[in-house]
This record gives sequence, C-alpha cells and structure tokens, in this order.
Amino acid sequence: MRSDPADFALIAPGTLPAVVSLLADEPGQWLPIAGGTDVMVQYAAGKLPARKLVSIWNLSELQGIEISPDEIRIGAGCTYTELREHKLIAEEFPLLVSAARWTGGIANQNRGTLGGNIVNASPAADSLPALLAYEAELILVSVRGERRVPYLDFHTGYKKMQLAPDELIRWICIRRGFSEYLQCARKVGARDAQAIAKVCVAALGRLRGGVIEDVRIALGSVAPVPLRLTELEEMVKGKSIEPELVDLARKTTAAAIQPIDDIRSTARYRSAVTGNLVAEFLEQLRGSEKTA
Amino acid sequence: MNNTSENLGKCELALTVNGKPETVRVYPMERLLDVLRHELGLTGTKEGCGEGECGSCSVLMNGKLVNSCLVPALQAAGTNLMTIEGIARGPQLSALQTAFLECGGAQCGICTPGMILASCQLLDKKPKPTWDDIREALSGNLCRCTGYMQIFDAVMAAAQRSPE
Repeated sequence: MRSDPADFALIAPGTLPAVVSLLADEPGQWLPIAGGTDVMVQYAAGKLPARKLVSIWNLSELQGIEISPDEIRIGAGCTYTELREHKLIAEEFPLLVSAARWTGGIANQNRGTLGGNIVNASPAADSLPALLAYEAELILVSVRGERRVPYLDFHTGYKKMQLAPDELIRWICIRRGFSEYLQCARKVGARDAQAIAKVCVAALGRLRGGVIEDVRIALGSVAPVPLRLTELEEMVKGKSIEPELVDLARKTTAAAIQPIDDIRSTARYRSAVTGNLVAEFLEQLRGSEKTA
Repeated sequence: MNNTSENLGKCELALTVNGKPETVRVYPMERLLDVLRHELGLTGTKEGCGEGECGSCSVLMNGKLVNSCLVPALQAAGTNLMTIEGIARGPQLSALQTAFLECGGAQCGICTPGMILASCQLLDKKPKPTWDDIREALSGNLCRCTGYMQIFDAVMAAAQRSPE
C-alpha cells in the first residue's frame, strides 16, 4: 500500500557538516535522499523502512567534478546527466558515460546520482561495473573525518557495504591514464532506457607486443554484488588472444558468476550471454593494438 | 514512530509554477505530483505508474525534466516549475502542441503532457534534433496508444518549424 506522507519526516539541513552531524547524533535513524529515484520508488510502494529522511539533493559539497593531472573526482551528488555532459569524462571514461546513458530515461538521469547508485547497491546497477573496471576509490565523510576506500572492496554482500551508519560518500575518485586502453561496455536488456539489465559488462584492456598487458572485466546482474573477474584477468594476462584462450575465458567466466532466475531473465541465459560478452570483448581486444 | 514527532507535520513551501509564485502547506514527503494536482489544481500532470517508469508525470524543475512522482515536495522548495498548463501562451498553443495535434501525436492523452515537457527539454538543449535524439529524449516516456511514430513526427515538425 502507498505510504502516507504524514508518517514521514524529511528535513534539508542544507550543508554537509549539518547532515553528517545529524547522521552521527542518531546513527541509522536518518536515511539520506538525493534525487529520490530509488528511495521514492520504495516509498511509493510502502516499502521504505526509514521514517526519517534527510535531503542531500543539491548539497553543494557533493557537487562538481574536479580534475587533477592524476585523477578525476566526481562529487557523489553528480547526476547521470552531469556525467554524460562532461567532456573529459566522455573522452577518458566512456564506460561511465555509456552506463549513465543506459540508466533510466532522461528524467531519472536528471535526478539519479552516482553516489546514490553506489549506496543503493543493486547488483544490476549500470554504473557499478564501470567503477570496478576503473578501480575507483571512494572518499567517505563523517564527523570523524574523511577516509578513502577502494571501490573493489566496497560491496561485501547483497546490499551490504563498507559504509558506517554515520557516513556519506563524498567523492568518487578515478585515476586517469586509460587513453591507450580499449574500453567496451555492453548492456543486455529489453531496451536501453528504463529496462534494468539482464547482464551488463564494463571492460577495458591493453595489448603490448601482441599479449595482454592489462585487462579488467566487470559484470552486473550476475552475482549478489557487481563482480570483477579477477581470476580470469590473471589467467589471461601475458597471453596472446587465441581461440583456445577465448574458450577458456568463457568457461572461467561461467564458473565465476552466480546468476539467478528472476523476473528479467534466467540463470542459464545470463550465463551463456555473459560468456559471449567476455569472448566478444577479448576478440575486440585482439585487434586493438595500434601498430607504432 | 514517536521519536519522529518533532519533525512531523506540514511545512510551508514557496515555489514558482508556470511563472506564478505559489505557497502551499504540505507534508515534506508529499509527492510533487500530488502537490501540483491536489494543492494547486494543476491536473494536466498525470499519474501513470507512480514509480518513475512511465514519464506521465514529467514536469520541468528549473528547466530539467523530472518525474514529479519521485520528487518529495520539500526538494521542490524554491524551484521554478513548468507544467503542461504553462506551455501555451494564453490561447496561443506552442509549436509543440500544434505539431502534436496536427501529427496525431495524442490519442488517449495520458502520456501527452509528459511527452510535450520531455520534448521541451530536448528542443531547449538541441533546437535541431536528429531522429535518434528525439527517440532518446522520449525514451523514458511510455505511450500505449500511438506506437510513438506520430509523436516523433510531431517533435520533428515542431523543431523544423521553429525559427532557429
């Protein structure tokens, strides 16, 4: 049943210090809400456990994209639209732009935020495989100060993450330097807009001297958390991409994922398609080395 | 629920709707959609799915397309909103409205206000859109009648007719 707004509190303290002290004073009591594209859906369905919400929408400390020579820092409050429209992100981090383009439709992209996508922690989220592939780091903030955590370790289980009840994500940091990488993103879904992925993949890699020098493959919708195929990556590094290797990669992928049957797809389909997407990426990588 | 009592209750909200300053007294978690329809009587904004999937309740908030069913009222405080009621200039329909009429872009009409506002944002950003731009701009707005082609035609016609 629909929620009754009279049962809910929502306040907008307006500054980051005010929000984090509220979170610290009553840990676990206040649910931060940014663009509401996930929270309001739960609310509409009467399934929002929280009764007290604190708005972090438009909080200036969570806005903006900062660029330094080594890394970019994306404010957790950046919307998908802001990501899509940022020139440097489009040039250097196309996996993120593809993911932003596939998330919801324009209205949801205008409101949904990257930080929100991370803490909503859906294993099917479009942008999370991209962050895994880029080995992003998160800067978390609380009254205790800031700490920087690798995104690779952030999700510890289905909807579980390394975020204390008094913390917010402030920045998503990504090291630069992928200009020589082949970067590929694919979403398999009923359609790009609105539909949630059956399987999505974000991958990047670089060949040198005909062998794989570096490779990172990340998947969505095939495990309780967004997944990096680290075992496969280690296995193929230093090798040239021959048909046997591609076959082996397919098998290793199937063993690494834990797809399920659900409303959108079946475990069997997801397993087959994921293997195909990994194989397709490796085939593309094979032909990607630029001759000097 | 007792511990939230100090924060419960209605709040006063000032916002600009279709160029007109408005003040309403609402619960902060009331959906902007309900504020528009019930408090301000602007029933042109439609509720479809109520969960951000269909785009029927689309309005422009500070010029940006949003699903008003997913905006808590408090977050609309101080914003400038445009609903379908604000698109025409008095009796003079906008180019988009005229094109929707001429191309048969509206049938049952439930998706139409959202389609027109989504098209407004598109033409605002890209006055001369491609067919793909139009399809993408309207990809979050579902229509169960037209099959979309007449809608896309209407947006293209409006774009071609506009002076710039």
